Amino acid sequence: MKEMRFDAAVVGGGAAGMAAALEFAARGLTCAVIEREEQLGGILMQCIHNGFGLIEFNEELSGPEFAERFEEKVRKTAITPLCSTTVIEMEVEGEEKVLSCVSSGLGVIRLRAKAVVLAMGCRERNRGNIRIPGSRPAGVYTAGLAQRLVNIEGYVPGKDVVIIGSGDIGLIMARRMSWVGCKVHAVVEILPYPSGLTRNIVQCLNDFGIPLYLSHLTTNIYGKDRVEGVEITPIENGALMLEKSFKIPCDTVLLSVGLVPENELSKNMGIEINPMTNGPYVDACLMTNIPGVFACGNVLHVHDLVDFVVEEARRAGAFAAEWLAGKRGGKEVRVKAGPNVRYVSPSKVAPARDNKLYLRTLVVKNDAVLEVKLNNKIVRQVKKSHVQPSEMITLTLGQAELEAAASAPDSVLEISIQ
Amino acid sequence: MSQELICITCPMGCHLTVEKVADGELSVSGNRCPRGVVYAREELFAPKRTVTATARAARACSGEAACAPSGEARLGGAPRRVPVRSTAAFPKDKVPALLEAIYALEVELPVESGKVLLADALGTGIDVIATRSIR
Amino acid sequence: MKPGSDSFDVAIVGAGVSGANIARRLSAYELDVVLVEKEADVSFGTSKANSGIVHGGFHHNKKYLKARLELQGAMMFDRLKAELDFPFERCGIVVAAMHEDEMRPIEQLYMQGVENGVIGIEMCSRERMLELEPKLSEDCVGGLYAPGGGIVEPYRFVFSLVENAQKNGVRLMTGFAVESAKREGERWTVKAADGRSIKARYVVNAAGLFADEVSRAFGAEDFAIHARKGEYYLLDRMTKCKPARVVFPVPTSVSKGMLVIPTVEGTVLIGPTATAVQDKTDLATTREELDTILKSARNMIPSVSETDVITSFAGLRPFMEEDFYIEPSKKAPAFIQVAGIQSPGLTASPAIGEYVKDLLKKEGLKLVEKADWDPFVRKVPRAKDLSPYELDELVKKDPAYGEIVCRCERVTEAEIVEAIRRGHVTLDGIKYFTRAQMGRCQGGFCTYKILKIIMRETGMGWDEITKRGEGSSVLRGEL
Repeated sequence: MKEMRFDAAVVGGGAAGMAAALEFAARGLTCAVIEREEQLGGILMQCIHNGFGLIEFNEELSGPEFAERFEEKVRKTAITPLCSTTVIEMEVEGEEKVLSCVSSGLGVIRLRAKAVVLAMGCRERNRGNIRIPGSRPAGVYTAGLAQRLVNIEGYVPGKDVVIIGSGDIGLIMARRMSWVGCKVHAVVEILPYPSGLTRNIVQCLNDFGIPLYLSHLTTNIYGKDRVEGVEITPIENGALMLEKSFKIPCDTVLLSVGLVPENELSKNMGIEINPMTNGPYVDACLMTNIPGVFACGNVLHVHDLVDFVVEEARRAGAFAAEWLAGKRGGKEVRVKAGPNVRYVSPSKVAPARDNKLYLRTLVVKNDAVLEVKLNNKIVRQVKKSHVQPSEMITLTLGQAELEAAASAPDSVLEISIQ
Repeated sequence: MSQELICITCPMGCHLTVEKVADGELSVSGNRCPRGVVYAREELFAPKRTVTATARAARACSGEAACAPSGEARLGGAPRRVPVRSTAAFPKDKVPALLEAIYALEVELPVESGKVLLADALGTGIDVIATRSIR
Repeated sequence: MKPGSDSFDVAIVGAGVSGANIARRLSAYELDVVLVEKEADVSFGTSKANSGIVHGGFHHNKKYLKARLELQGAMMFDRLKAELDFPFERCGIVVAAMHEDEMRPIEQLYMQGVENGVIGIEMCSRERMLELEPKLSEDCVGGLYAPGGGIVEPYRFVFSLVENAQKNGVRLMTGFAVESAKREGERWTVKAADGRSIKARYVVNAAGLFADEVSRAFGAEDFAIHARKGEYYLLDRMTKCKPARVVFPVPTSVSKGMLVIPTVEGTVLIGPTATAVQDKTDLATTREELDTILKSARNMIPSVSETDVITSFAGLRPFMEEDFYIEPSKKAPAFIQVAGIQSPGLTASPAIGEYVKDLLKKEGLKLVEKADWDPFVRKVPRAKDLSPYELDELVKKDPAYGEIVCRCERVTEAEIVEAIRRGHVTLDGIKYFTRAQMGRCQGGFCTYKILKIIMRETGMGWDEITKRGEGSSVLRGEL
């Protein structure tokens, strides 16, 4: 079995992994990026639509273009990309982390690193997760699988499509399927508002006259061998209106019902997971409960823009590099999700410097106020003309707001939406 | 008479209220940046959409596995499709014709990201470029 | 027999667990045997979707054939596992009483188990139950423990049986739906819906849910097989509710109740329900029944959580009367009925193989043992069960072991290729053989890779690939 040794190992070669790795390289640290697919880029490679990079590059790129820009940077550094390589186990051995990685070319490698950045991304929730009853015919796919089949492999999974869930991938696929000659009959969303970005409702559904059924539950999938239709039931005042159920014939069901950070490797290593995000609990330096193991991107919490992913990943890489240089975090303050806030990431802030926070609202609201309280005292209020769960809110808090925490023990920072 | 629009210039999705003032002039509110005004004007008078699709790869390519340790793409082989996009938003009514033109393309491999595959598509002055390098 | 000949000594209709055991048993003799199956692969009927339990021998009275075969069959699994490399483990079975009223039936089960000669069966106090199974609810008042009960992957069991039977000369014909049969002289001519036909001196009807139709096609007894649907939930292998043993509730008069099963491959199965259905192809799950399962499972193990659910499915089991119906037809000559094989059919199945072999002998079939009968199948190394060192050695020999195709169940390209080479070319066939697509992402990440491997290995076109045979095409167009 081969051994390899690096200052840092990054698990996952998507946008987050590449951005984190570049931080190590910039500081002269050795680093490996372990990627299970044949090329770097992660899920961006199948996201051939545009809309990536507005913040990062100030232009609208497609997914592969965005990925390629990072890949080129990676190639110009001493970063070692290990593609077609899967991490099967991570352990802590004294000061080192040992990653068992397997590839067809090198067999199993025992890869030793002092710091690890987790950047494995997320997976799609599937039919079982949301428990749609009915038969189990061919033709039920997650939107991401359909995206891979259409955009990279060049195969069309079906001709008459119903999309369950209004997540962005589902909306993007509604347009994509329409553009390859399929008929998308409906998008069905259980919530009273769409899960995807507004712009995608406009340009992926409205442009094609695809009906969006809000507050509707998919109550059955029909078809013995191949999908023949779905049964949709409206929800009124929280109750299923079974007598108003109707059937939509189709041969394909695509599911876009949410994403889950993929943390099975992390869990097996002993990393504690936040049930609200399904990502690791991290401190103000994006470090997990295992010293020297950091997390960023969609494995930490599901982002809606890749631009935010790379921003977070850069910080994770930089923090990990500082940690490798011996710097240890100072005092930190616990962050709490207050009323109307689903979660805040990270779960701690450092009062001595600027902290970038990402949060998601539980409510749809116009003219909302983001309220930040430190030990029950309002330290910041931000007006938001519109908030909705599908759009992540960013917030930077610095010394100005957090000063009081430096002296008070057991300080708590609470963020709420009023 | 006012009209509600959702700006799709960026992911913010500003809810615009557009009012026609005299002489084809528009009054736009709800936008968080000046691009909202431009969008409203375009959407009302000449709607446009960026088109992304894939085109047929003309022949097999043995690359793609450059970073695989074995130098061998076990499941890869020749990519069959090359992702493409229009270099600017395209007149909405001409999108179906553009898609047809893209599907008729045969892209020679290797191809570099950014390579113009269809210049001045349908006489709009807008190009269609490859968005992924396949070497 | 000449290769390609269509004339056999014995034809077995139905490649479920009964048919597969009969075929494998007969493969030890100098006989030409054909196993015909209407589905695209073997084990695609009742045998693929059940609880996967090797029962503890206490549920049924010995007066029934099914109980006697259960007791005999259960004892045969250790040897079969050694020969046939399928996942099986004697993890033990507990029956949990959740109310004082349930202790009386527990006593009866215990007495029945003792009567049946079940080794190690134990009446348990509440404390003993919680010690045996700490995940049980505090409300448990006592129960029963049968240490010899176990868990098995039913489809892998069938795959191995059929593979071994084939290795010993049995011919398998899939997609062969029996349509009609005619007795001419000493032989049956059996015609399939697709026009193929075979000839055989003896026929065994192991057609499961459709044994009634097959019986009629042969002019044999006219009986009706009814279908009872059992719905299940499969839970992620990382669930916190995984018990160490199979947990049964106290049975009712109609069923053994809804169980919590730690599957032999590490996931957890809860269910089944038991609902009579008219349509014998109706495998749909229903909202109400699935809710019942969760409630029932939580009653015994409170940590069962719907957030751990990765998929749900339903299986149909045949029932016709209280007992199995295994005997030579009184109407049709040289025709053995193996019908009404309900629970504990899987447990009993190896003994059914023996029993049917003996019936055939009584009916005049000459049994001469093969000198070169090989009871073993070639083991397929599974990446998930290997240490990093072992996996490394394997990749050196076959680089395809270094390509993880299914990340959730850690299945490599080599294992997919092995499945295909053994004849499993549908997505479901590959799933049951390898576990790829069976994990928490349910194929979201690996399906496209498997499609590519199928095309590469078999030369099939994209439009020929199905989920589980005709009509279930996976792709509908090419760009």
